[in-house]
Amino acid sequence: MELHLILIFMIIAAIVAVVMKDLISSLIALSAAGLGLSLAFLILKAPNLAITQLVVEILVIIILIRATIRRDLPRVIDGRWVFNTSATLLFIACFLVFGYLALKELPDFGEPAMRASAGYILSGFEKTGAGNIVNAITSSFRSYDALGEAAVLFAAIIGLLAITRKAGRVRHEK
Amino acid sequence: MKNETGMTLIVKTVTRLTTGLIMIYGIYIILHGHVSPGGGFAGGVIIALSLIHLVLAFGKDVLGRKFTIERGVFLMSLGALVYLVYSAAGFMGKRQIPEGAAGSGIFNTGLIPLGDISLGLLTGIGLFVIFMLLVSLADREEK
Repeated sequence: MELHLILIFMIIAAIVAVVMKDLISSLIALSAAGLGLSLAFLILKAPNLAITQLVVEILVIIILIRATIRRDLPRVIDGRWVFNTSATLLFIACFLVFGYLALKELPDFGEPAMRASAGYILSGFEKTGAGNIVNAITSSFRSYDALGEAAVLFAAIIGLLAITRKAGRVRHEK
Repeated sequence: MKNETGMTLIVKTVTRLTTGLIMIYGIYIILHGHVSPGGGFAGGVIIALSLIHLVLAFGKDVLGRKFTIERGVFLMSLGALVYLVYSAAGFMGKRQIPEGAAGSGIFNTGLIPLGDISLGLLTGIGLFVIFMLLVSLADREEK
């Protein structure tokens, strides 16, 4: 029941974030939606995900506010609203149909298919000795996945360093 | 006031009191990642947030010569290298992680804290480097 209330709150906050014309107000509504997602993770008994979601949401909102506080982009409303509206409705219909077809094939909510992960949960505590089973799995059995995430983060930082370096700009101006 | 950059005196005082606590909380989450909820990524982001808090309140030059982008990239790369060795150790032997004794203490769980600490180093310093790069880029565009 609480989960449904939070989901409705998140949907309203997301719609407000899209509709709002002021960029700062839109960011505040977006952070409300992220807080709702963190609470939903807590209700579904996933405190690991809740902590990560809350912290990353704060970081993203701070960076977005710092990056967008001085350049408020105006909304572009041109004359082609018939084409835009029909294309939007078409894509929403496609998304709903394919989403329904895909969700029908998935296992039920709360009863996942435990083909590979059952072994991890059964033998995870004896093999690693870690009380937090989520961290034990992600950093021992599934360590390559975490290595991939770390590689993505590292590549993002290196790419940003390469973009913002000063030497390339000076040479380009000459 | 001698220092005019950054926010007001109230914000600066509160920041001076809270930044250390936030950073200690991040270190706690990293070190206890295998016992309680959390882990290397979440604790690293909290450490980055404490540093960002400092920069937002006191201005860009608060860290001075102690933190340069080069040193940040060095620390971040050190974390990434340790995590690569930790995570690719499964190629070398049959078993990926040395077995730990079952229990809930901090020091009896094999090598998982090493992975948490290196991932926290990569995440914390790396996200702060991203923030500093974006801030300096925005300042350069304004000039």
